[in-house]
Amino acid sequence: MYPILEVEALNAEVTRMVIEAPAIARKIKPGQFIMLRIDEKGERIPLTMNACDPDAGTVTIIFQAVGASTMQLAEMKAGESLLDVVGPLGRPTELEGVKRACVIGGGLGTAIAYPQAKWLHDHGCQVDVIVGFRNKDLIILEDDFRACADDLTVMTDDGSNGNKGVVTVPLQEKLEAGERYDVVLAIGPVIMMKFVALATKPYGIKTFVSMNPLMVDGTGMCGGCRVKVGDEYMHACVDGPDFDGHQVDFDDAMRRGVMYRSFEQRSREIAEGRDCGEAIEAAAQKEGE
Amino acid sequence: MAKANMQKTKTPMTELEPAYRATCFEEVAGGYTLEEAVNEARRCIHCKNHPCVGGCPVGVPIPSFLKELGEGNVAAAYAIVKNANSLPAICGRVCPQESQCEGVCTRGRNGEPVAIGRLERFVADWALANPEEAAAAQEAFAAESARTAEEADDFDYTGKRVAIVGSGPAGLTCAGELAKRGVQVRVFEALHEVGGVLVYGIPEFRLPKALVKQEVSAIEGMGVEFEVNAVVGKLYDVEELMGEMGYDAVFVGTGAGLPSYLGIEGEALNGVCVANELLTRVNLMKAFKFPEYATPVYAGKKCVVVGGGNVAMDAARTAKRLGADVTIVYRRGREEMPARAEEIHHAEEEGIHFQMLTNPVRILGDEQGWVTGVECVRMELGEPDASGRRRPMAVEGSNFTMDIDMFVIAAGSRTNPLIAQTTPGLDSTKRNTIVTDEETGATSVPGVFAGGDVSTGAATVILAMGAGKRAAAGILDYLRG
Repeated sequence: MYPILEVEALNAEVTRMVIEAPAIARKIKPGQFIMLRIDEKGERIPLTMNACDPDAGTVTIIFQAVGASTMQLAEMKAGESLLDVVGPLGRPTELEGVKRACVIGGGLGTAIAYPQAKWLHDHGCQVDVIVGFRNKDLIILEDDFRACADDLTVMTDDGSNGNKGVVTVPLQEKLEAGERYDVVLAIGPVIMMKFVALATKPYGIKTFVSMNPLMVDGTGMCGGCRVKVGDEYMHACVDGPDFDGHQVDFDDAMRRGVMYRSFEQRSREIAEGRDCGEAIEAAAQKEGE
Repeated sequence: MAKANMQKTKTPMTELEPAYRATCFEEVAGGYTLEEAVNEARRCIHCKNHPCVGGCPVGVPIPSFLKELGEGNVAAAYAIVKNANSLPAICGRVCPQESQCEGVCTRGRNGEPVAIGRLERFVADWALANPEEAAAAQEAFAAESARTAEEADDFDYTGKRVAIVGSGPAGLTCAGELAKRGVQVRVFEALHEVGGVLVYGIPEFRLPKALVKQEVSAIEGMGVEFEVNAVVGKLYDVEELMGEMGYDAVFVGTGAGLPSYLGIEGEALNGVCVANELLTRVNLMKAFKFPEYATPVYAGKKCVVVGGGNVAMDAARTAKRLGADVTIVYRRGREEMPARAEEIHHAEEEGIHFQMLTNPVRILGDEQGWVTGVECVRMELGEPDASGRRRPMAVEGSNFTMDIDMFVIAAGSRTNPLIAQTTPGLDSTKRNTIVTDEETGATSVPGVFAGGDVSTGAATVILAMGAGKRAAAGILDYLRG
C-alpha cells in the first residue's frame, strides 16, 4: 500500500497529490512516470512525476479529473492509501548538457514540464518557459515556473489573463527574433505538440514531445501504447514517453487516442451516478467519434 | 498392488457444453471425481523403464504417485507430486502432456496413454480443498525422504538470501525449491499480481486465477516473500540486489513478454491489438467484468486472430467470449499449427472458424482510423525450412478481403532486454535472450542465474519450471561455495 500524504485542489479540475513511495522517489527522474491502481477493481493509469523528494520518500503527481479513475482519485484524502504504485517507468528526458532550452507546457502538461524546467535551471541551463491554459482560472504552477525560468510566458486561449493565444504564438516570435535553443521540450495535448514540432522544424531545432497514449501495463508487454515514429512503431512506455517531435505521426496518435472513448464515457456516467443502464455491448460499439 | 485397469482409452473428463462455455469465462474442463481418478490411475502398468518420468521436465515420480492414487491414497499421492513440482494444479491443466509425460507413456503404444495430467490436477485440487490433510501428508513425506536420502544436502543455508526477478513459472519454482532448503527468498515482480503468464496470459477458462493465488500462497507459506510493483532494471537493478541490498545470488526469470508485430500496413488502426493486450486486459485486469472492474476491453462483432499457437487459441476463445464471431487465420496448414491439439479442438467446438494457408498482407481502415477489413493472400507450402516446417509461399493473385471490426495479432513474443541492458557483463544473444549454462542456469555474471523464456525464448510453462528447478540446484551449489 502507498499512503497519500497530501491532497490539494489546484483548481476545479486539477489535483496535486503527494504519495509515499520511497524506493521510487530515490530513482525517478524528470520525464519518467508511474502507474497506479487505486483498489482491487481499479485500472492501471499512467501519471507523470511532477516532483519527488528522495529524503522524504515522496513522489508528487498532478492530475486532471477527466475519467472515472481520475475522478475517484481526486476524491481521495490524505491518510488513505493507493493499492499499487509502480515506477519509475519510461526513459528520463535527455537533459544532460543542454545550455539553452525552451520548455513548453499545455494544460496539465505543465505539471510534467515543471521538473524538466527545474532540472535544467538547477544544472545551469538558460530556460525559457511557455505555458498555455484554456482560461486564467486553470493556470497552475505559475510561481514554481517563475522561480526557475529565465523568461516565463503564460498564455490563455480566451485571453482572460491578458495574454490571448496558443503557446506556438510566443514560440514563433522567439524563433523569428533569432532565439536558437539547443532543445525545445513540449508536453501537452497531442495537437499542441504537433504544432510546436511544426514550428521548430524549419529551424532544425531538436524537439522532444512527451506522448501520452493509452497504456495497460506500462512495461512494454502489451503494445497498447504504440506510437508511430518515423517508419516504425515504438512503445511509449519503454522507448518513450519522449520522442523526436519531427518524427512522430501525431495524426495517428490522435486517432488512437479515441479508441476507448465510448467506454470512458460509460465509466464516467457510472462514477457520476447517472448510469443510463446501457448494456456493455452497446458501450463497446464505436460511436461516430 | 491393485490390479491394472486395461481399458484402452482415457477415463473421460466432464467438460462444459461448448454452446454454454463460449459465453462465459468458467473453467471448461471439470476434473475427475475420486472414483474416476482411481480408475484412471490403475491404467498405469508400472512398466520397468517408466519413460513418463524422463518425459517430465521436473521429473515427477509418476508411477509412485499413480500407485498411491490407484490404491485410493490421495494424500500420499499428492505429497509425492508436490515434492517434485511446486505448481501441480497449474501443470495438470496447462502442460502439453501429449508431447511430454503422456507422449512417451507405454500404454500409449496400444490405445491412449494414462491421463497423467488429469491425475496430477486431481491430487492438486484435492489438496487445495483439504489443506490440513495435504500439509500433514507433505510433512510425513519430507520426514520419510530425509531418513532415506543417501546423499542428503546437509549444508545449512540459514542466512543465505536469494533474489528472484519475475514471478512466473520459472521464478516461482526456483523460489519454492530454494525455500525448501531454508534459503531466504524474495521475489520481485513488475506487475501488481504474482504469477507472470499464469495471471495475465492464460485465460480464466483454462486456468482459474483463484487457483494460481492458492498455489502462490502455498509458496508464501514456505517463507518466500513477494514484492509486487517492483520493476528490476528500473526500481532496482541486479548490481544493487547483489551489492547494497545484500543478496548472495539472483535468479532472473523475466520471461519473453514483448509482443511481435506482423509489420504490415494498418497495424495501429483502432480495433487492432496484439494478443498480449487483449489477454492482459481480460485476465489480469478482469475487463470482462467491466464496468464492475474499471479496465475496459474492446470487442468487435467480426474478429480475425492471426497465428497458430496456444496464444492465438487463447485470444480467439477470449474474443469469442466477449461476443465476437472469430476466425483464426494461419499461414501454414493444420498439421503445422504449434497449438496443442486439445486447444484447437476446444476452439473448434466453441464455433471458432479456421482459415488455413492464409496470410494477412494489409489491414484496412476507415477515415476515423478504425479497422474495417483485412486483405489476405492464399499460401501454399514449399520445401521444409531451417525449423523443419514446410515454408509457406504466397500464391500470386490470390488476394481477397475479409470484412472485420477487430484484429488480434498472435505472432509470437520476444524477450525484454531490460535486465540484459542494465546488468554490466551479462552476456545475451542478438535476440536479447540471456546466455546460461543449461545444467545450472549460471550466466556470465557470478552469482547471477537465469532460466525459462528469458534464456530460451517463448516456450512452455513446464519447461520454464524445469529451468527454475535446475537453476535452484545450481544456486544451492553456488551458495555452498
